Amino acid sequence: MSEPKSAAETRPWKDPAAVPFISIKNVTKKFGAFTAVNNISLDIYRNELFCLLGGSGCGKSTLLRMLSGFEEITSGTIEIDGQDMVGIAPYERATNMMFQSYALFPHMNVEKNIAYGLKRDGMGGAEIKDRVAEILKLVQLEEFARRKPGQLSGGQKQRVALARSLVKKPKVLLLDEPLGALDKKLREETQFELIKIQESLGVTFVVVTHDQEEAMTISTRIGVMNEGEIVQVGEPHEIYEYPNSRFVAGFIGSVNVFEGQVVDDEQDHVVVRSPDAGIDIFVSHGVSCAPNQKVAYAIRPEKISMSRDRPKDKKNVTSGMVEEVGYLGNLSIYQVMLESGKQIRVAKPNIVRLDEEAISWDEKVFLSWDGSAGVVLVS
Amino acid sequence: MNGAVEKTGSSPFVATLKRLLARTGLSGRTLVIAIPVLWLLIFFLAPFLVVAKISLSEAAIARPPYLPLWEWSEGMLIISLNFANYQYLLDDALYYLSYLSSLKISALSTLFALLIGYPVAYMIARAPDNTRNLLLMLVILPFWTSFLLRVYAWIGILKGNGVINNFLMSIGIIDSPIVMMQTDFAVYVGIVYTYLPFMILPLYANLVKLDESLLEAASDLGARPLTTFLTITLPLSMPGIVAGSMLVFIPAVGEFVIPALLGGPDTLMIGRVLWNEFFSNRDWPVASAVAIAMLVVLVVPVMILQRSQDEKEEAAS
Repeated sequence: MSEPKSAAETRPWKDPAAVPFISIKNVTKKFGAFTAVNNISLDIYRNELFCLLGGSGCGKSTLLRMLSGFEEITSGTIEIDGQDMVGIAPYERATNMMFQSYALFPHMNVEKNIAYGLKRDGMGGAEIKDRVAEILKLVQLEEFARRKPGQLSGGQKQRVALARSLVKKPKVLLLDEPLGALDKKLREETQFELIKIQESLGVTFVVVTHDQEEAMTISTRIGVMNEGEIVQVGEPHEIYEYPNSRFVAGFIGSVNVFEGQVVDDEQDHVVVRSPDAGIDIFVSHGVSCAPNQKVAYAIRPEKISMSRDRPKDKKNVTSGMVEEVGYLGNLSIYQVMLESGKQIRVAKPNIVRLDEEAISWDEKVFLSWDGSAGVVLVS
Repeated sequence: MNGAVEKTGSSPFVATLKRLLARTGLSGRTLVIAIPVLWLLIFFLAPFLVVAKISLSEAAIARPPYLPLWEWSEGMLIISLNFANYQYLLDDALYYLSYLSSLKISALSTLFALLIGYPVAYMIARAPDNTRNLLLMLVILPFWTSFLLRVYAWIGILKGNGVINNFLMSIGIIDSPIVMMQTDFAVYVGIVYTYLPFMILPLYANLVKLDESLLEAASDLGARPLTTFLTITLPLSMPGIVAGSMLVFIPAVGEFVIPALLGGPDTLMIGRVLWNEFFSNRDWPVASAVAIAMLVVLVVPVMILQRSQDEKEEAAS
């Protein structure tokens, strides 16, 4: 832990020679005529905390249920730690699942709930007791061992469910919306607890969530899903800063999208002519696209600077009128109407308390950004 | 919504009713509860007391065929309580043997009904939504025919030249008819058949609420299907099992029609003893004592069970 690790050690997905721990190959799941999961291939490495992120009905839970064995695969293969999972029942798999509803057994107390899986393995009473005590300590529930699930709060139930799924030391822990039922404050605290537990136990986590902030916070990598397909896989910052499609850009965080056309396509830069933005947008990196191709230019609200005077040092400058100001405390969101009629959002951190000079409604402002601030989306 | 409530509230009838209730110190709630309470007082408690009274009197050749419990004689109220009827129940082996036999037949019938009803209820609870209602209908369907007719129908099925014997003989499995009518077997068939819906319905109501993710969780933690059933489904369906068993067991103990029609002379059941005592022997006091004793035999275990159930619920909440 203390020694700094090389990039390949902490990020096996960067190493082409690394062997994936979970290997999903061309997996398709159909329910009748409906295709829930469409030809997904995905590698997940040992000790990862991998998030499957997507809206409801995107197939993320179905994929998780195929990993746990509750759903059969229509076609394709899933391998976990080199073992083909086809035809292996859930009770024979070295995976455990933490259910969205927690699925705690209401007729058993916390201790018995946690011991349930160990008993099924035929473990001796003394050893079960030790293991249960150990995991109860880890999730800080020692005093609640004799309570029934009905006598616990939501956060406590969540931790019992986590303890119950972890106590068997599974190769892979599958978590279905693990924090979905908690309120915002508790969720934020629990996120870090979850990361800590994952790191201390060294279990591979696969988490399903629809909450992009949660995915960004906890995961080593995120797989963004849409309509049964994985549209992008990457580390949180890659997904955020380099979305590969309009869907990903729009799904993760807030984004301004300008429609446009490539008018100058060079090795080290391109220029996108965008009537939306009212300017030719200079992009300081190459893009693989056809000449004159229609593209979209996506830029995050916090990457745009706003000023009353025209800035001189920025590559891209346009102007508009402030329509709305939303004060969020840590930052303010401005909605600016460009001359083209396009509305865009600009985020400005509130560095000064009660800034009398702050830009306000109906002011004409200049918006500017660097060549590297946004990305060109071909699809 | 609010407007509608105000409207009815201000109607003269409701206003009068409210005033009346306020004057008598009754609330609408007590009024609603009063109707079933009154019903039970008139049609359950009062007859019960009459029966209890008769059980303590002396049989006589008179009309009604028992002596009064109390009488005025020369300014004295003479109350004579005759416990001999209860003493008689203990002395004559016939009675406690009938009780035991009734309890045994009811208990076994309940067990059979549970063994048949549980899988049926489970299947209905797990059936897709649209077939579930159909299946439930099928369970309730026999109630559309009179209970008596359905028991008579069993005679036609079980008798010597009945449906079963005729079928078995026609395909050559047996040469001579199997005797099924007027045996304990026929009584079991009758009771289980008649009371099966009362087992299935509470079990269904319980099992349909069972959260399927609990079963998945058990499976995920390494439990094979049988273990999952024994450790999760069965304990969680206990309230349904208890309710269904009570609904079968209690009426079966006092069952008269089924043993009378399907049972043989050897089939001892307390319902029949009661009938004979009442109509053949015209010994109302003993018949009443039999009835009261049966109530005690049934009520005491039910109350004990109820209490343990309540305690369990309290512990759970």
